[in-house]
Amino acid sequence: MFLSVFGILIMLIDPFVSQGRKRVLGWFALIGAVFSLHSVAAMLHVAADSGAAGYSGLITADYFSIFVHVIIMLAAILVILGSMDYLDQEGIQGGEFYALVLFAAAGMGILASANELVTAFVGLEMSSISSYILAGYRRRAPKSNEASLKYFILGSFATAFFLYGVAMIYGATGTTRIDLIQTAFQLNPLDPKAGSSVLPIFGLGLIFVGLGFKVVAAPFQIYAPDVYEGAPTPVTALLASAPKVATFALMIRIFYVAFGSATNLWFWVIWISAALTMVIGNLGALKQTNVKRMLAYSSIAHAGYILVAFTAGTDVGIAAMLFYLAAYSFMKVGAFLIVTHLGQQDEQRLELKDYAGLGSKQPVLAACFALFLLSLLGLPATGGFLGKFFAFQAALDSRVIWLVVIAAINSVVGSYYYLRVIISMYFWDPAQDYTPAKVGTPLTVALAIAAAATLYLGLLPSQVLNFARAAADSLSLR
Amino acid sequence: MLRGEDHVWIRRVALAASIAEFVISLFLLPRFNLADAGFQLQENRAWIGEAIHYHMGVDGISIFLILLTTFLTPIAILASWESIQEKCKGFFICLLVLETGMIGVFVSLDLFLFFVFWEVMLIPMYFIIGIWGHERRVYAAVKFILYTMLGSILMLVAILWLYNLTGTFDLPTIQQQLAQGVSLSPTAELLLFGAFFLAFAIKVPLFPFHTWLPDAHTEAPTAGSVILAGVMLKLGTYGMLRFCLPLFPNAAHRAAPLIGVLAIVGIVYGALVATVQTDLKRLVAYTSVSHLGFVVLGIFAFNTTAIQGAIYQMLNHGISTGALFLAVGMLYDRRHTHEIKQFGGLATPMPVLMAFFLFVALSSLALPPLNGFIGEFLILVGVFLTHHQWAAWGTSGAVLSAIYLLWAYQRVALGDVAVEKNRTLPDASGREKFILAVMSVVIIVMGVASPMFTRRMAPATDAMLQQMTQQMDRTAAASRQAPAPAPPRPIAIAPPAAHHLLASLNEGQVRP
Repeated sequence: MFLSVFGILIMLIDPFVSQGRKRVLGWFALIGAVFSLHSVAAMLHVAADSGAAGYSGLITADYFSIFVHVIIMLAAILVILGSMDYLDQEGIQGGEFYALVLFAAAGMGILASANELVTAFVGLEMSSISSYILAGYRRRAPKSNEASLKYFILGSFATAFFLYGVAMIYGATGTTRIDLIQTAFQLNPLDPKAGSSVLPIFGLGLIFVGLGFKVVAAPFQIYAPDVYEGAPTPVTALLASAPKVATFALMIRIFYVAFGSATNLWFWVIWISAALTMVIGNLGALKQTNVKRMLAYSSIAHAGYILVAFTAGTDVGIAAMLFYLAAYSFMKVGAFLIVTHLGQQDEQRLELKDYAGLGSKQPVLAACFALFLLSLLGLPATGGFLGKFFAFQAALDSRVIWLVVIAAINSVVGSYYYLRVIISMYFWDPAQDYTPAKVGTPLTVALAIAAAATLYLGLLPSQVLNFARAAADSLSLR
Repeated sequence: MLRGEDHVWIRRVALAASIAEFVISLFLLPRFNLADAGFQLQENRAWIGEAIHYHMGVDGISIFLILLTTFLTPIAILASWESIQEKCKGFFICLLVLETGMIGVFVSLDLFLFFVFWEVMLIPMYFIIGIWGHERRVYAAVKFILYTMLGSILMLVAILWLYNLTGTFDLPTIQQQLAQGVSLSPTAELLLFGAFFLAFAIKVPLFPFHTWLPDAHTEAPTAGSVILAGVMLKLGTYGMLRFCLPLFPNAAHRAAPLIGVLAIVGIVYGALVATVQTDLKRLVAYTSVSHLGFVVLGIFAFNTTAIQGAIYQMLNHGISTGALFLAVGMLYDRRHTHEIKQFGGLATPMPVLMAFFLFVALSSLALPPLNGFIGEFLILVGVFLTHHQWAAWGTSGAVLSAIYLLWAYQRVALGDVAVEKNRTLPDASGREKFILAVMSVVIIVMGVASPMFTRRMAPATDAMLQQMTQQMDRTAAASRQAPAPAPPRPIAIAPPAAHHLLASLNEGQVRP
């Protein structure tokens, strides 16, 4: 709520702020985001009391949605902090950028706490439309326009699929409330052989198409590298983190809660999709020399690891996914923000060779980047490792052994391309003609938060893990 | 606190820290209870949730490996005193972090904690090879890390599987549960064993997983090679002793014939390849393949003598090969090459250095009064008790090691000075003399006073073997009721005779 209000306010104020001082709006947006983070704390009380549902059951404020909200807000805050200098440098500073980020975050918040499929659709559209515009925000860059158009056309298809799926489920059960759908399927169990089950099963398939697109699960990942590469880098940071978190949250609600009585229906679909996603993401990233594109492929691979935990079908799996998403968001946003900074004017310096010798030129920045990369790689003592660790553990707990083996081998393959960046930063001789700019204050703050969170999740994960477990418990599974 | 340019103080602080570490680790010895076969000096705190603990402790198997680590680190720092001039600070940070990781691996009794240290250790080594190494350093560093990660990630899956079976990551508890409660199907046990073993075999490295080693060794700076050969390779054999054998005795016995053959191939192949090397450092690297083949052979002979020999050989190899790499590194500092052809007749310009080189070579090829002999002898005696043929093949490795090391010495040190430049090379400096003298003293002490070490290892190895037998008996009893019984081979607990023999042998050598 707060987000939308501040978003609208920013839009209103925007014309009155002179061109040189648009940056102020960024701080304003930041205040809005922090406020909404604070209001999440208020939700905590509500959830502790009753797990209350608001707006006549359309929205719930349970621990699950709170957990997801916090991740989304923090990601939005980091992105806002990281984009201030970037927008100045590209000469596209403007209030609507921050407003759109806030709108997108608000949409994702709705997505995360929706207890009703049409509400979820509203949230999905809200976040999608904002992100289509954001992807094309570098108006003069052809790549950015291409990314926006591609994202828009394919994304509209995906949301249409989702809506069609919702319609079918409504046709079968007569409701779009997730808890009521769950009850309906408990009363009349889904049976793949029975004719009456065709409609909801088909609907679920369509929903998977729609949401699989958003979380970049194979075979719906085709757009991701192009869009992520073309979009302005801070926007890429946002696209790669928050919408994924929100959409996974919705997927959990639909697959685990609404269709929780029929896990066998979707288990193999997710299994195959997870395996494909990991393999495609990692193999695609192997040969990239453009760091931004490489990170785009790597986020495909990471969606695959999260899907591995998805196959578990238990509350342990949900907790593992939530933890993974938290760790993933911080390290991914952190990594993309560093790419933002190093890209320089017009995002020219994205190649591996541009990173050569960063270790001696800007040791702290390089160390931060190395930390994020090692965390993405899954090195112990970082959040990324524990995320993978809990994901694998949850899957093994449900006897999904071979998928875990595939995931394990994939993460070794993955280490190759993350290490290549580290090699470039530390082992190669620095390029003489080029010294990267100093890191501005907002970006420093953002990177410090992301790095601290990555280490915190890696070393002292107990608190977050307990909260993730509470979040998983707050969903009424089966 | 320290400025990047202030190299002198960086070195001094690093050295002081590592020496302090060594002194502290020496206090382990008096506090170590000889009669206790289990883990001692334990520290146990909850870390993540209920399952993952910060659980550490030492026993007779790990205690000397810890001392080896803390001993070699200051040596490695001294060895890089002058050869590391660039990014000095980073180098010593890496070295000390590496030491932390290695000690952590040796003392952790929680599988999760063990894995964390196991992986964390890779990164400083990766940087040491990749930044301060020689020409092909990046290739070597990547090869090193990818190989090791492939092994360890499967081990992670196995660790998680064990957790799902037992509900804990605590090593003693898992051991107890596998011995008494949870029973594994033979296939599951073999798979788990395989996952652990692969990780360790790559680290050791056992033939045919050894291909990363020559590159990593050759390209690493001297300190890196010393630590890599001296300690990191032992992490593999240590892991076999700590995890593969006690947790999965049936699978270990089933796989033993294959592993024995691989170890022998490693011994002979490593020795033969070492013989024909033209690069001195590569030659020393291949000796590791050969020598660690011995260690693996000893471990999979499943008796006290051989296993004690294996542990002893691990220490010896750390000292002797470490010293060889130091000597090679000193040559490199002078001539910036490892080509044997570039040397020849070096005994004339630098008699002291060459004398030390001969001495450590003799220790490495297991000349009787020196340390290498005790280890190889114990292994061969132990192996002979269970597998005559293995021992016979293993002995050939001992003969071959004399060939390649002495031949290398001859080509480097004896004859006329082949390259004119070498005539004016300076002999060992005071610092280098000190390093080599310390190493030589340790070599002699370990050669003549071996019971001091084996006495402390014995209770732990005995207890481990006993526990293995019990667990196997239990599985055998269980499988007798099953339709297809598969009686495991009995374990031969070593006759005490071997100890007496050894003790008298040592005394005999002390007397002139």
